[in-house]
Amino acid sequence: MCLAIPAKVIELLGHDQAVVEMDGVRKQVSLALLDDVIAGDYVIIHVGFALSKVDPDEAEQTLALFAQLGNISAEVP
Amino acid sequence: MNVKRKARPYVRPLDIANGQVDMSHGSGGRAMAQLIGEMFLPEFDNSYLREGNDSARLPAEPGRLVMASDAHVVSPLFFPGGDIGCLAVHGTVNDLAMMGAQPRWLSASFILEEGLPLAQLQQIARSMGRAAREAGVTIVTGDTKVVERGKGDGVFIATTGIGFLPEDVEIAGDRARPGDRILVSGTLGDHGMAIMAQRESLGFASAIQSDTAPLHELVAVLLQSGADVRVLRDPTRGGLATTLNEIAGQSGVGMMLQESAIPVRPAVASACEFLGLDPLYVANEGKLVAIVAAEDVDVALAALRAHPLGREAAIIGMVQEDPHQFVQMTTRLGGRRIVDWLSGEQLPRIC
Amino acid sequence: MKYVDEFRDAALAQNLARAIAAAVEPDREYRFMEFCGGHTHAISRYGVTDLLPSNVRLIHGPGCPVCVLPVGRLDMAIALALTHEVTLCTYADTLRIPASAGLSLMKARARGADIRMVYSAADALTLAQQQPDKQVVFFAIGFETTTPPTAVVIREAARLGLSNFSVLCCHVLTPPAMRRILDAPAEALALDGLIGPAHVSTIIGSQPYEAIATVYRKPVVIAGFEPLDVMQAILMLVRQCREGRAEVENEFTRAVTREGNRKAQHLMNEVFELRDEFEWRGLGTIPHSALRLRESYAQFDAEQRFALEFKAVADHRGCECGAMLRGVKHPRDCALFATVCTPESPMGACMVSSEGACAAHYTYGRFRDGEDHR
Repeated sequence: MCLAIPAKVIELLGHDQAVVEMDGVRKQVSLALLDDVIAGDYVIIHVGFALSKVDPDEAEQTLALFAQLGNISAEVP
Repeated sequence: MNVKRKARPYVRPLDIANGQVDMSHGSGGRAMAQLIGEMFLPEFDNSYLREGNDSARLPAEPGRLVMASDAHVVSPLFFPGGDIGCLAVHGTVNDLAMMGAQPRWLSASFILEEGLPLAQLQQIARSMGRAAREAGVTIVTGDTKVVERGKGDGVFIATTGIGFLPEDVEIAGDRARPGDRILVSGTLGDHGMAIMAQRESLGFASAIQSDTAPLHELVAVLLQSGADVRVLRDPTRGGLATTLNEIAGQSGVGMMLQESAIPVRPAVASACEFLGLDPLYVANEGKLVAIVAAEDVDVALAALRAHPLGREAAIIGMVQEDPHQFVQMTTRLGGRRIVDWLSGEQLPRIC
Repeated sequence: MKYVDEFRDAALAQNLARAIAAAVEPDREYRFMEFCGGHTHAISRYGVTDLLPSNVRLIHGPGCPVCVLPVGRLDMAIALALTHEVTLCTYADTLRIPASAGLSLMKARARGADIRMVYSAADALTLAQQQPDKQVVFFAIGFETTTPPTAVVIREAARLGLSNFSVLCCHVLTPPAMRRILDAPAEALALDGLIGPAHVSTIIGSQPYEAIATVYRKPVVIAGFEPLDVMQAILMLVRQCREGRAEVENEFTRAVTREGNRKAQHLMNEVFELRDEFEWRGLGTIPHSALRLRESYAQFDAEQRFALEFKAVADHRGCECGAMLRGVKHPRDCALFATVCTPESPMGACMVSSEGACAAHYTYGRFRDGEDHR
């Protein structure tokens, strides 16, 4: 619900801290709510904490779904 | 032959490296004279200031006299891309330029907080002097006061500028008409986000630089192009949205913008996303909005883009009839929304 | 911006718009409630309604924690700052909400209260460490997205043995609020489905909505944060309606799983427990809908440390927020909207935050009021 954005983990700092980046803007955030995060992962950041990872395959599939809708002819009622 | 000069008492120079502003610097006495003499005069040096009077006698020029006034309270004093000093010069130059006037002279009044390091004050004065020289304006008079520690944010600067407007130039906020096109001279939100990045409580790092710049030469090339320029304004506090709503109100018109045409740097967009801010409401200090007659829009755009400060100029919308005077926008998705007045101060949000 | 721009693509939006238009039955209306304030904001900001067929109506739900925060809780925060003279740390969203006696946190600050805006609960903790002689209180609002960070910070405060840090806990829960909305009598409410919140769901998972879908026989589709996500979720809801299904589906598969973030859930559970009941602005008192600190963390509970009492404050008589939060009325149905009640002087919950139904409509959509009523 609340404002959260996906950002790329670029550096792990220890003590559950990491630096994330989005288009040149870098921020230090907490990874205390996640396990097994590595540099290169994308995470969703909310109030300075990473809430979940972004699954790249699922993201691809969702976008592909949107694109496919352009190829499907109108449903027959 | 040697001529023996009258011995002058030794005056210890200001300790700029380690010294601080104290109450005596505002008292009107020797300490203040020394501050002005060793701090401001070397940086602003010109014949008017060297006269040492409280006012400057200025020559008249052809055209109408234009005057503008500004106060600068930015914090922090130093930020990526500039500082309060050059910001003060650019801000007043731009107020004059937005009327189509040639800026000439500035006054600068400093309200210094007790404890301000002299090194910082020198840096600010140096930056102001440089900005003034580069803009071709002269700081001809000013004032200095000191307030007690805690009663000022380091330094406040109040400026007044004077310029001259040729008789045949008519540019004002109430001259927008349905059908006119709206242009911006470049990317939006740079200054405001450069300042935001410095606020510790937000803790983000980026390479965003303030865009603070004097715009009078950009305005000159735009006017020289022969385009019928109806309105000029620089979208400072409150951003593009506030400026357009002001103009819509003054001119009694509505506007329709294209979101996908509005230029915003990726880093600025990203910083805004982090904080839940809308770039349309973020301050700019080196950009202008121009409303021009439809038939001249391509000429106007080309003129802006030919100048270094207008390389990323873009046509972002048009003026339309609207009794409600809404500034509307076609969103990047193809939907519609209004771009309303800013409600209070734009604050970062969690939701 | 990766994972953002792609989900705002205009061409894909047109695909989705066409698909929705093809999927709806032309002779009926579809009423979907988007529960999450972030969705309300995205819909308004991008003008998503313009891409939907006219028989698909979006109703704005109570998913904005600022909107549903009772004035009485805000009064407690102000009292902490003004009377108890603590350093009160808060998210910026709360600063302008009008409270009792003509005050707000911002006005209290103008009176000399030490009120600091923080971006993160962690900043409040850092402040407490930096000023050991002053009491620091963190004003914790938000749904399940914002609650785990508060839990982390409280545990850290315990680990550090801080004696000058506490939390005014106003965290609330999503499923009970959804049930309160759906409990309304059928004639007062017509909803065909719910768009489930994006980031709350990354924490709680999709599982908690299953009972809601089953009991109330309404489809729930969890949607990501971007406008294309919302449109896709609407398409999925329309299909469920046509097929007579009432299931939980997940559009936000790139970040939401059925079980959610177990680690975050355990942390919340360790630090917080359910309050018996909690007053929600506009929705009344809902049992087991909000959190307080457990006994084991009682030392960090500001309500106990400062012996604060909650006093209920009624909304303005003419305020229609309650009906709006339940999806029964539209902002323009309220006599106060855009007359007495504006973003500068909000009278009720729906106007106080940029994501409230009234604020969103005022800021982005009120130009429609002269046109068709959508």
